[in-house]
This record gives sequence, structure tokens and C-alpha cells, in this order.
Amino acid sequence: MNEPRFFSVSEFAICVSFENRISETISQKVFNLAEHIEKNPLAGMIEIVPAFSSLTLFYNSIIVKKSFPSFPTAFEAARVYLQNALQNLPANEEKPARTIEIIFDASAEFALDLKFISETKNLSKTEIIEIFTSKIYRVFMLGFLPGFAYMGETDERIAVPRKESPRLKVPKGSVGIAGKQAGIYPFDSPGGWQIIGKTETEMFTPNEENPTFLRAGDSVKFTAKQAK
Amino acid sequence: MSLLIKKEGLLSTIQDAGRNNFRRFGINPNGAMDETAARLINILLGNDESEAVVEMHFPAPEIVFEEDAVFALGGANFGAKFGDEEIENWRIYFATSGSVLKFTEKVFGNRCYLAVKGGFKIEKWLDSFSTNLTAKIGGLDGEKLKTNDRIFFNQRSKTKDQRLNYKISNHLLPFYSRFPTVRIIKGAEFENLTAISERDFLNETFAVSKNSNRMGFRLEGKPLYLLEKLELVSSAVDFGTIQLLPDGQIIILMADHQTTGGYPRLGNIISIDLPLAAQLGANDKIGFHLISIEEAENLLLDFEKDLNFLKIGSKFAFKE
Repeated sequence: MNEPRFFSVSEFAICVSFENRISETISQKVFNLAEHIEKNPLAGMIEIVPAFSSLTLFYNSIIVKKSFPSFPTAFEAARVYLQNALQNLPANEEKPARTIEIIFDASAEFALDLKFISETKNLSKTEIIEIFTSKIYRVFMLGFLPGFAYMGETDERIAVPRKESPRLKVPKGSVGIAGKQAGIYPFDSPGGWQIIGKTETEMFTPNEENPTFLRAGDSVKFTAKQAK
Repeated sequence: MSLLIKKEGLLSTIQDAGRNNFRRFGINPNGAMDETAARLINILLGNDESEAVVEMHFPAPEIVFEEDAVFALGGANFGAKFGDEEIENWRIYFATSGSVLKFTEKVFGNRCYLAVKGGFKIEKWLDSFSTNLTAKIGGLDGEKLKTNDRIFFNQRSKTKDQRLNYKISNHLLPFYSRFPTVRIIKGAEFENLTAISERDFLNETFAVSKNSNRMGFRLEGKPLYLLEKLELVSSAVDFGTIQLLPDGQIIILMADHQTTGGYPRLGNIISIDLPLAAQLGANDKIGFHLISIEEAENLLLDFEKDLNFLKIGSKFAFKE
């Protein structure tokens, strides 16, 4: 792995970024770092956002500055804190993941872009769904919309880029592909992912204690409902 | 003990200082676009600075006070009036039951805030009053305010508070302009700009397109270029992040921004200058001035010190 890079996102956030790619090893390192930070938080820390290959630490810069007066800036104090945390990380250990099954309907009325993928990739619709459902996906991160899980990695044979021009309204529950990523829209939303079906499972339930159905680190198994 | 939206406006929502701690679940912070305005009028009224406020766009709603209330307006100037009486921003007013607050013209800015003494009685969602229009939760039923909506007050106004007529001192107010230059700190991909684009980014002005909203402002100006094309995996972004789109135009992420993004990050507007951006509307222009993170942190510290004086002053004014 390359040397991590540190940069400010705002006056209230520092990002430590590993390599610019999606990999389970890097993702595991991000999760381990997140866990370490939660157990040993920085004074003045607000929250952390683990992503594919980076972790961003949000902090109250005034509190951090007051807590670490020997540093010229809160940013510098946070940078040294992250650097130390990285040095003290335990070896990359895989945590047992929750395995979650998601059933979706790949009928033509929901699989808005299945025809397009079929034509682009020269595969039948059945083959595409078979390839898509044949593997277990990892939830790398949540972002974009409340409860939107970025999953990967989609098989190369069906990895299609985002739509040139995004849809103004992707229906809630739509299951989509963007490159080697898979995702589910928790709400009706504008979006450019290629849609292959729709699930009835609620991805976001605002009044529950854990409002998101999926969490970073989960393993997800997709099952396609037989088309009637 | 309430106010009534007699006639709804274009887009009015309940907001506060934003929702922290849930970004990792994709839950964006929301909150007032001009957070400084919302904080200032709350502090002026002796409220907690993160009390709920009404954020209004123009045309703004017509509001009936159904009970005596002490209130203040801040941010944009929408020509607020009680009958013929003009209502200034940043000043404490007393509304008698039945009085009607109207907003008659767009004098300056795009987002006006209304706070009442004691705050609005709104249920918090995930520790914040702010409305999340995407998830349809928070604020008043997760929606924008509609005709006949009622917003209740937390407390009855006290007779002795009704005489107060304070105004926030000018030096504490954001230096609003339709053509501001805002200070920024470097973003992760700033150094990837070509030399010419770096100069253009910091010397040109960029027009706010009509394609701008609470999520972000699309800007129109000289296209900017990176030394080479960058495909980035998504990572966290923040309010004020300036991103470069594939067509060379830039976008500023605003209060309803997504939690993560994958476009190259040129910089981030410093928090005390965000109100200047937040009050812009279509065809206004913005320029960027680069400062160090150290300067940015010191400016913030100075501003918070000033705010503390206001807090002490207000607490004293409203003392029992």
C-alpha cells in the first residue's frame, strides 16, 4: 500500500486517503481504523465517515485547537492523531460479517436498463441476472442518500458505466449497477445507475434506532424473484 | 401559541444548525443555508443558537401570529412588513396576536430566517430540527411549509420582553454582496489544476446558474482543466466543498449536499464566508481567494469570540 495522504476537507474535517481504488484489503483497513478511532476518539471529534479507500474525521476545530495548544492548527493535531492511530492498528483481521439476503423483482417493468445491458454486453437478460446474483457483495460504505449502500464488486461481464444522462427519477427500491458497484435506491431520486430490478425491502426506516437496513461491512446476497 | 402559514411561499422549511453524527449512514446534515443568520437571530433572542428557525425563499409565506410573540428576522431582506410598518432584519420585534407578517419584495439575498423567542415546538429527528426533504423527515412532517400549517411556540412571550428593541451590531453581520469574493482553503485535487486553470479559478468570477438549490450551486464561467483526467472513488465531502465537474464547470456543495462524492475537490469555502455564498441567487457572481488552513481556523476563532460577546449581552438583556 502507498503512503496514506492527509488533506483538509473543510475547517472541520480531515481525510486520510489510501490508494484510489476499490479493494477489500483497503476497505478492511478503513473499517479497522474506524473501530480504533471509535474506541480512542480525538478530543473534539464529531464523527467519522469511512469510505471505499479513505476515512474522514469531522471535528470541532475550536475544541481540538484548545485541547492541543502545542499544534499550530486543529488540522495538524488531527493529522498527527490519525497518523498515530494508523501506526497502532492491529493487523488486518476480517470481522465476521452479517449476511443479508435481498430479494428483488427483475421483471421488465422494474428492470429499466436490463435491455440496454443485454445489448451492450451481448448477454441474455437471464444471463445478466444469473451473473449478478451468483456472488456475495460487500457493503463498502454508505453515502449519496440516507441508507444508500455502495456494494461491490460487480462481475466484469456486466459492469456497465452510469447512464450518460441521469434519470430525473429513479424509483425507490431500484437495484442498480454503476461500473463495478451495485446499489439500491432508498427513495425516489435522480440518479444515473443502470437499473436491473426493484426490491420491496425498505432500505431506510427513519424512526428505527438503526435507520439503515444495510451497514458498512455487511455481506449481501441478491436473489431474483421468478418473473411471473 | 402558534403561528399560521396563511399563504405558503416558494420553499419554506424548518432548519437549525444541522444534523451531525449520521453522515456515515448517508444522512446529510441539512440545516440552514445561511447558518450564521440563523444563529445570530437565535442568540439575539436569548435562544439556544441551534433552536429551530423558519428558512424562507422568495416569494415568502404570509404569516399570522396567533399569539403574542417576540421574534426576529435575519439573512435576506424580503421587504418584511406588518401592515405599513417596515420590519428590519437583525432587530427584536413584538407581534401582537392576530398581526400579519408579509414579505413584499426581494430587496437583497435569497434566504430569510424567522426565529421566535423560546423557539418553535418541533420534534427533533436524530438530534436536529432540520427538514430532510429527500427522506421526508425532520422539521414539520419532513416537508416544506404549506398553507394552513401551524408552527407552535415553546413558550408564551413574557410581558417584560415585549419592550426590548435591540439590534445586532453591524460588525457581527456577514458582509453580504451579490458579487462576493469568498475565502477558501485548498481541496485535495487543487494541485492537479493546470497552471492556467489555477490562475483562472482564483482570478475569474463565476456566475450562479439557475440550476442551483439547497443541495448545491452550479456555477458558470471559464472552464477549468486538470493536468490529467482523474477518476476518484467516492469519499466524504462537506458544506462549501467546491468540486470540478467533467465539463470543466464547478459546483459548490450547499446545506443539503450528499455525504460523499467522487468529483475532484478544488477547495472548500471557509465557514464564516459560507453565508455570502448562501445568499446568492441566479446570475449573481462569486470569486475565490485562497488562504491557509491556519488563517481559516484563526478567522473562525475570532468570529466565535465575537459571537460569545453577543451571547453574553443577550443573556443579560433577557435576565429574569
